[in-house]
Amino acid sequence: MAAIGTRVLSVLLFLSLSNLASSLYEDQVGLMDWHQKYIGKVKHAVFHTQKAGRKRVVVSTEQNVIASLDLRHGDIYWRHVLGADDAIDGIDIALGKYVITLSSGGSILRAWNLPDGQLVWESILKGSNPSKIMLIVPTSFRVDRENLIFAFAGGCLHAVSSIDGEIIWRKDFAAKSLEVQQVIQAPAEETVRVLGYVESSQFHAYEINPRKGDEIKHVNVDFPGGLSADTVLVSDDVLVALDATRSVLLTILFQDGEINFRKTQILSLVDDSHGVVEILPCKLADMFALKTNKFLVLAKVMDGGVVELVEKIKEAAALSDAVSLSESQQAIALARHENQKLHIIMKPVHDWNIDLLKETIKIDNQRGLVHKVFINNYVRTDRSYGFRALIVMEDHSLLLIQQGEIVWCREDGLASVIDVTTSELPVEKDGVSVSKVEQSLFEWLKGHILKLKGTLMLASAEDVAAIQNMRLKSSEKSKMTRDHNGFRKLLIVLTGSGKVFALHTGDGRIVWSLLVQSLRKSEKCDYPTGLRIYPWQVPHHHAMDENPSVLVVGRCGPSDDAPGLLSFIDAYKGEELDSLVPIHSIVQVIPLPFTDSTEQRLHLLVDANQRAHLYPRSPKALTIFRSEISNIYWYSVEADNGIIRGHVSKGSCSHDEDEYCFDPKDLWSVVLPAETEKIVASETHKINEVVHTQAKAIADQDVMYKYISKNLLFLATTAPKGSGEIGSATPEESWLVVYLIDTITGRILHRMTHQGSQAPVHAVFSENWVVYHYFNLRAHRYEMSVVEIYDQSRADNKDVLKLVVGKHNLTSPVSSYSRPEVTAKSQSYFFTHSVKAITVTSTAKGITSKQLLIGTIGDQVLALDKRYLDPRRTVNPTQAEKEEGMIPLTDSLPIIPQSYVTHALKVEGLRGIVTVPAKLESTTLVFTYGVDLFFTRLAPSRTYDSLTEDFSYALLLITIAALIVAIFVTWIWSERKDLQEKWR
Amino acid sequence: MEGEKLWRILTAVAVLLLAAASHHHRAGAFQSDELLIEQEDDLGAAIGGAGVGVGVGVGVDPVTPPRSRKRYSDAAESDSKFQFPLEHAFGDSDFSPAGTFSARLKTWSHGPQTLTKLRFSRNALTEVDKEKFQKLLQDDDFYRIRLPSNVLSPPGRDYIVSSIKARCLPRDGLDEHFVIHMDGVNILAVNYGPPGACPYPRQLKLPAKWSFNSHTILKNSEQAPRTPVFAEEISLGENGEAEVVKPPEKSFWAKYWMYVIPLGLIVMNAVTQAMNMPPEEQAGGQPQGAAPAQRGPAAVRRR
Repeated sequence: MAAIGTRVLSVLLFLSLSNLASSLYEDQVGLMDWHQKYIGKVKHAVFHTQKAGRKRVVVSTEQNVIASLDLRHGDIYWRHVLGADDAIDGIDIALGKYVITLSSGGSILRAWNLPDGQLVWESILKGSNPSKIMLIVPTSFRVDRENLIFAFAGGCLHAVSSIDGEIIWRKDFAAKSLEVQQVIQAPAEETVRVLGYVESSQFHAYEINPRKGDEIKHVNVDFPGGLSADTVLVSDDVLVALDATRSVLLTILFQDGEINFRKTQILSLVDDSHGVVEILPCKLADMFALKTNKFLVLAKVMDGGVVELVEKIKEAAALSDAVSLSESQQAIALARHENQKLHIIMKPVHDWNIDLLKETIKIDNQRGLVHKVFINNYVRTDRSYGFRALIVMEDHSLLLIQQGEIVWCREDGLASVIDVTTSELPVEKDGVSVSKVEQSLFEWLKGHILKLKGTLMLASAEDVAAIQNMRLKSSEKSKMTRDHNGFRKLLIVLTGSGKVFALHTGDGRIVWSLLVQSLRKSEKCDYPTGLRIYPWQVPHHHAMDENPSVLVVGRCGPSDDAPGLLSFIDAYKGEELDSLVPIHSIVQVIPLPFTDSTEQRLHLLVDANQRAHLYPRSPKALTIFRSEISNIYWYSVEADNGIIRGHVSKGSCSHDEDEYCFDPKDLWSVVLPAETEKIVASETHKINEVVHTQAKAIADQDVMYKYISKNLLFLATTAPKGSGEIGSATPEESWLVVYLIDTITGRILHRMTHQGSQAPVHAVFSENWVVYHYFNLRAHRYEMSVVEIYDQSRADNKDVLKLVVGKHNLTSPVSSYSRPEVTAKSQSYFFTHSVKAITVTSTAKGITSKQLLIGTIGDQVLALDKRYLDPRRTVNPTQAEKEEGMIPLTDSLPIIPQSYVTHALKVEGLRGIVTVPAKLESTTLVFTYGVDLFFTRLAPSRTYDSLTEDFSYALLLITIAALIVAIFVTWIWSERKDLQEKWR
Repeated sequence: MEGEKLWRILTAVAVLLLAAASHHHRAGAFQSDELLIEQEDDLGAAIGGAGVGVGVGVGVDPVTPPRSRKRYSDAAESDSKFQFPLEHAFGDSDFSPAGTFSARLKTWSHGPQTLTKLRFSRNALTEVDKEKFQKLLQDDDFYRIRLPSNVLSPPGRDYIVSSIKARCLPRDGLDEHFVIHMDGVNILAVNYGPPGACPYPRQLKLPAKWSFNSHTILKNSEQAPRTPVFAEEISLGENGEAEVVKPPEKSFWAKYWMYVIPLGLIVMNAVTQAMNMPPEEQAGGQPQGAAPAQRGPAAVRRR
């Protein structure tokens, strides 16, 4: 045991000496990092304003977030991000103090405490088969009642006590083969009604005793025409449904145990209806809304089920649910666009001609159309009714509108970042006015004197606060010009809504945003989605007068062979320069290492048939490409088939006249046996990675040569059984095979099997090493492995004499066709966390040592020094190896709390980490995205090439001045003393 | 011929002795004999050229476990000979047969099948092929080969294709090198190319001899090194302690020479100064008897 103690001690000692963790002090938080919290696109909103000191709205979003927002400012009171597979189906407020959520396909019912968001109770609902999901929370609670919540999911109706989540009773409707459409609890009545179809031709209505769950009444009627699943409840006893052909409206009345129905032809409502008719799922009280491909139709159900047309709306519009103003009065909000203005109209249900409120708001063009409206009423100071509207826009932003003004707005589109690229800021131009300099000079002096006070411990508490404030809000970091160190950049972010944002790295503010027109739904493109964003044009020669631009790649539809789309955006102005919609399908985008005369980067877009298309489509680009065509190779991974193929261009496409299209020729293929291997991960180098040196000096003055080829592919496969959830396979029937494949020739350079291990695999590839993370079933733990690959063909270049004489092959070009002489070294370590994303720091010249950035399951980013993942680590390193900085071998990788890059913050729903080199070699910029955004600056080997920002120049100057004064004073003194000596 | 025969017998005896020594349970004489014949076969293939005037080199990757162990470990194994084709194409032409691989398939009672004794015989190039190859060399185009992905039921799911720029192959003859990556009876990939480097830019060079010199290696997957588990800490710890004691092996001089030499110099300096002082003060009155003592300081002074 003593031995273990000494080993641990020695490792700790080593750590403390080398200080691998680059932690920061409390007062440095926020200096170079920023964190933004988002919630995502709102699906549901419930207001809580009555009798509440703090007015709030509780929302659930498409990013599986539930949040309570401040209605005054839009801030988040509390928020919970549920798991990726825990989608929220319904929310409501019960008992005035609990937020009830139904999630995971109706299987989990939870109650959260409204003021602080604590989980109060959780119940698992077991259903038998998939069905509609409904959550019914009675609006009025009485003390004497049991206060039941009804949740319908999985074909079963559950009655759950809202106080402790106990399931009181459960009634299975799936066993009766009933497709339940609606469940109602009328406030006035003591029963719960369940309405549904059997084999879509019989309508059934059940009345159930809410206390015990027993059936009170059951009636049914046949519909020979058949019914569709589109239904809406108009009132407590009227249901509107579409028949199977979607051309006839059925109004079904079920009163006093009888069912009556009435048919209305849709053509009689809308004379020229075309396309598929849908009923909108809005609760409009005696009304309902139909959507055709041209109109939004509002209709009212009169007594006896007669349907009457109320209004046809041509423009894009959105409807809210009805809110009740008084016992008899209910109102609906209608938001419609007209000439780039948004009109919000409140109308009472009983009289459509009156406008309770009409407000016109000028809205930013970049927000697109209104997607959802939620309405809340309040009593004004003059006792009339006022309304506030919560609006969800096309770009997923959330706006609160009250009294004709936008009270606040949240850019929640940023919760669904898809891809990130960066752009340099404009170069600073001459002509700064003198007064500005003087002012800044004064500020500068003041600031430094304050800092000096701080250093000399003379500062009062106020001064300290002022210093901290000054540091945080330094205008230096949020300037709109390029800086010497390359810390200031634009992060250009593509989001799921099709909006592109440019964020400033200094403070995270939005510089511009653009709702890309070609990424909006149009006739040419039905379901456009953004895929990737690439730097398109980076001007170096004309940096003063030309703007850089970015390329957005997307596709119309979910499948690989859907037509693609391209959009080119100016990175400074945020304007769409050009777009191509629709084009050939896009499965792969290859930025080539060539630029044309206007510094546009050549890109090769590979379509679903493996044909390559060259962009930009200019003759100059074509000439450049043609001259390099024999050295351009690409590969495709068919993950489902387990086949990897390499291609080269054969020449222009044979089938059409397009000279920018090139046919592929298969050069090589790797076929993995389908019964034993399934591809789970593949990883390549970053395109823009810089490697400083090929040689690696190791202990005893020896040197090893890294095998640095940009054309390496890391591939991980598992047994088909092992590709499922962890624990679904036994260690004997699961294995993980890793490959390093040269993508030019298809050679397998290294192949290795990890027995008893399984997916998920996350990998990162850099220089000559790859690090991957997987689960070890035998050890019941996660593991990380490293493979380093070294070039043996250059190993005999160590002889100095040979180097002098020139008999070395260091300058000869490397060809992939030579037989590779490589050795691979590998080692594995245990790692405590499961991993969401993994990447590596990158610096401008690649000199600085590297850190792995690991997005942990706790939504934080951990920086782990690459030296921990060195395959040459041994239990007892020799003296020479210790000097080299080798860490003694341990079986697991340490997690040092100070090395969390995100310090105390969480990047909820973490999905990706991007690293960008700064101009300063020691520093790298890290951007982490998920539901939240986080940005910081890292220096893996400390900032060895610059002084820290809070370095006190004033102190230095004063010290020098004081020294000079002291020299003079002592000189005079000594002169005097000399004189006195001589006079003596 | 006589010498070769003798050599064969000698090797056979040596192998027999080795096999006998490595196994505790004594095998029957007949079985050992069988092993002999096969070993002999292998040697023959490796030394002499077989087939139609084509040099064939066969190697088995050292990763595959030693043969003799397999031989005795499992009684239920079966062993069958079979062949699979190699096809080639010149540039964009269609594939045509180029040679055959023959190997033995071993089936073990517990499931897995492994290939051993892979041999390759290439067909001689026809005149048409030569012309095509020359054209490839002129155009710096690709010479492509393919193998079935399953050796038992060719072509399996798909062919394994590999290509090389034709200009990489010619040396004296046409030198080629195969590394076939196997998993049981499946071929995953083949690394195909010249046995050495292929310098860029590729020079046009016609081979002196229009025949292939083939080298073949079979490769199976390596096992990843196990994660180190420090369970036997105590024994390791003892080792550790032993190594802690190790450093004092260095001699005193080796460790502290850098301190000792300056110290010595200082002392000597001081001594000389101390020695010099008296003679200067008591100028001539120095007795001659101290000659040996003065020799040293005199030498120092000269420095």
